[in-house]
Amino acid sequence: MEPLPTPPIPADDPALVAAFEARIAAGESIEPKDWMPERYRRQLTRMMSQHAHSEVVGMLPEGNWITRAPSLRRKMCLIAKVQDEAGHGLYIYCGTETLGVDRHDLVQQLLDGTAKYSSIFNYPTLTWADIGCIGWLVDGAAIVNQTVLAKASYGPYARAMVRICKEENFHKRQGYEIVATLANGTPAQKAMVQDALNRWWWPSLMMFGPSDAESPNSAELLKWRVKRKTNDELRQRFVNLTVPQAQAVGLSFPDPDLRYDAASEDWKFGAIDWDEFFAVIKGNGPCNHERLAARRKAHDDGLWVREAAAAYAAKHLARTTEAA
Amino acid sequence: MSVPPVAGARETPVANPLFEYLLRLGDDRLVLGHRMSEWCGHGPILEEDIAMANIALDLVGQGSSLLQLAGVTEGAGRDEDALAYFRGEPEFRNAQLVELPKGDFAFTMVRQFLFDAYSVLQLDALQKSTFAPLAGLASKALKEDSYHLRHSSDWVLRLGDGTAESHARAQAALDELWRFTGELFESDAVDEAVRDNGIVVDQAAIQSRWQQVVADVTRRATLTLPPAGASASGGRRGRHTEFLGHMLAEMQIVARSHPGAKW
Ligand SMILES: [Fe+2]
Ligand SMILES: [Fe+2]
Ligand SMILES: [Fe+2]
Repeated sequence: MEPLPTPPIPADDPALVAAFEARIAAGESIEPKDWMPERYRRQLTRMMSQHAHSEVVGMLPEGNWITRAPSLRRKMCLIAKVQDEAGHGLYIYCGTETLGVDRHDLVQQLLDGTAKYSSIFNYPTLTWADIGCIGWLVDGAAIVNQTVLAKASYGPYARAMVRICKEENFHKRQGYEIVATLANGTPAQKAMVQDALNRWWWPSLMMFGPSDAESPNSAELLKWRVKRKTNDELRQRFVNLTVPQAQAVGLSFPDPDLRYDAASEDWKFGAIDWDEFFAVIKGNGPCNHERLAARRKAHDDGLWVREAAAAYAAKHLARTTEAA
Repeated sequence: MSVPPVAGARETPVANPLFEYLLRLGDDRLVLGHRMSEWCGHGPILEEDIAMANIALDLVGQGSSLLQLAGVTEGAGRDEDALAYFRGEPEFRNAQLVELPKGDFAFTMVRQFLFDAYSVLQLDALQKSTFAPLAGLASKALKEDSYHLRHSSDWVLRLGDGTAESHARAQAALDELWRFTGELFESDAVDEAVRDNGIVVDQAAIQSRWQQVVADVTRRATLTLPPAGASASGGRRGRHTEFLGHMLAEMQIVARSHPGAKW
C-alpha cells in the first residue's frame, strides 16, 4: 500500500502556543479537550501508538514459550504476563484515540509496516531463559522509561503509565526470579541464562533510542514535557540499576568496557552498535519479518470473526429496534 | 511407563480410584487450557486475546490445583509438575475432546462451549461433594467456568447467527466435534468407586441437562445439532487420539530435557 502523504503541519497561533507553554511550565496536565499545538498532538500520537504497537508485538516473542514453559506455575505467570501486555496495548490504543485518531487506522499502519514498534521485539526467543531476560531487562527498561513518562504533560498518557508501570514492575520481578533460579541451577541452566543475557543485553540498551546527539527533536520534547529525561540519562539509569542485579546472581555482561566510575557513581559501558539498531529499525532485524507476518496472519485469519460479530450485532440491533 | 488397561469388560481394577478420578478432572482442564493458550497473541481481535488468555489461565490453574490434589492423594511424592511433565501420553486421563488441535476460531469456541456447558454441571455436582478439598476447588472453578460458558455461548451465537461464512465454520466445527462429546458422560468403575469418597456425580442427569443447554444455544445460533452417532472414547483409560502425543512433546520438552532441575 502507498503510504499516505503526510499533510503539512498548519502554523499554530503564537498566542495559543505561548499560553500552552505557560501551562506546561506551571506543571499543568494537558487534557484531550484542551488546545494543543499540532506538533505536540502528532508527537504524542506517534509515541503512544508506537507504545501500543510494542505491547502487542511484544506478545509474540514471549507467547512463543507459553506452550513450553517448564512448570505449571511458570506457564500461568507467562500467560498472565502476555495477557497483561494485551491489556496495555488496548489501554494505550484507547488513550491514543483521545488525540483524535482511530485505533483501526493505527493497527492498519502497523500491518502496513509504516508504524514502528520497539526494536527489541525483533529479536528471537531461543531458550526458556529468554523469558527471564525479557521480564528482567525489557520490562525493566520499560519501567525506567515509563516511570518518567508517568510525569509527562499529556494527562491520558501519564495516567496510563502509572497504571501500566505497576504491572511492569510485577513482570520485572517475575523475570528476575526466573533469571536468579536459572543462575543458581544446574550447569546447563546457568549456561542457558548467561547466553540469554549475552544476547539480550545490547538490544536492551538500544531500547532507549539513539544517543541524544542524534535525536533532533529532543529539546522541544523536553520543553513540552513529552519527554522528561534524555535517552542517554535513562539508559545510564537502567545500567546502574541492572549491573548489581546481575552481579548478585553471578552473571556477567558481554561488555569488556563495563566499569564502575566512582566519580560519577555510574557504571560506564562500551560503545553501542548503532548500525545494528538502525538496521533493525529499518526492518532488517532477525525477526522483523516474522513478527509482522504473525500480526498480519492473526488479522487476516480474524477477519471473518470480526465480520460475524459485526453482522450479529447489526441483526440484533435491528431486531431490538423492530421489537420496540 | 505403565500399559493402560483395556476398555470394557476386560478392564483391570484401578488401584486408586480417587487418584484416577482427580487425574481425569485435572487433565481435562490442563490440556484444554494448553490448547487455548496456543492462541495467545494470535487472536482475531485484541479484546479476544485478553479473554482467551484469561480462560487459558483459569483452566491451567484449575488443572494445576487438581493435579496437586491428585498427587497428594496418590501419596507417592509426585506434585502437579511431576504429573503434568513426566507422565507419558497413555497416562493422561483427559477426554479426547480437549486434546484435539485448536483448529480455527469457530472450532476453538464451539469446543470450549461444549466443554464449558459440561464443566459447570460437573463442578456444580462436585462442589456438593463431601470430599472437602475437591468441593473447595470445584466451587472456585465453577465461578470461573460460568464466565467461560457465557463467553463461549456468546461466540456460538455470534458465529452461528453472524455471516454465511461464520455459520458454515461453526456448523462444521459442531459436526466435527460432536462424536467427541459422548465420552464426557461415560461412567465406569472409577465413578462408582469414588462414591465412597463422597463424590457423587450423576453422569446421566448431567448429560440430559447438558443436552438441553446445548440444544437451546445452538437453536438460537441457527445451528443444526448433528444426529447421534458413533462416539469416540478411550481418553479416560489413556487411549488418545494421535494429537495428544505431539502436544505433550511440546509441553514437556524443556522440563524433560533437564531432569531434576528447578524452574
Ligand atoms: Fe506492557
Ligand atoms: Fe510487561
Ligand atoms: Fe487476568
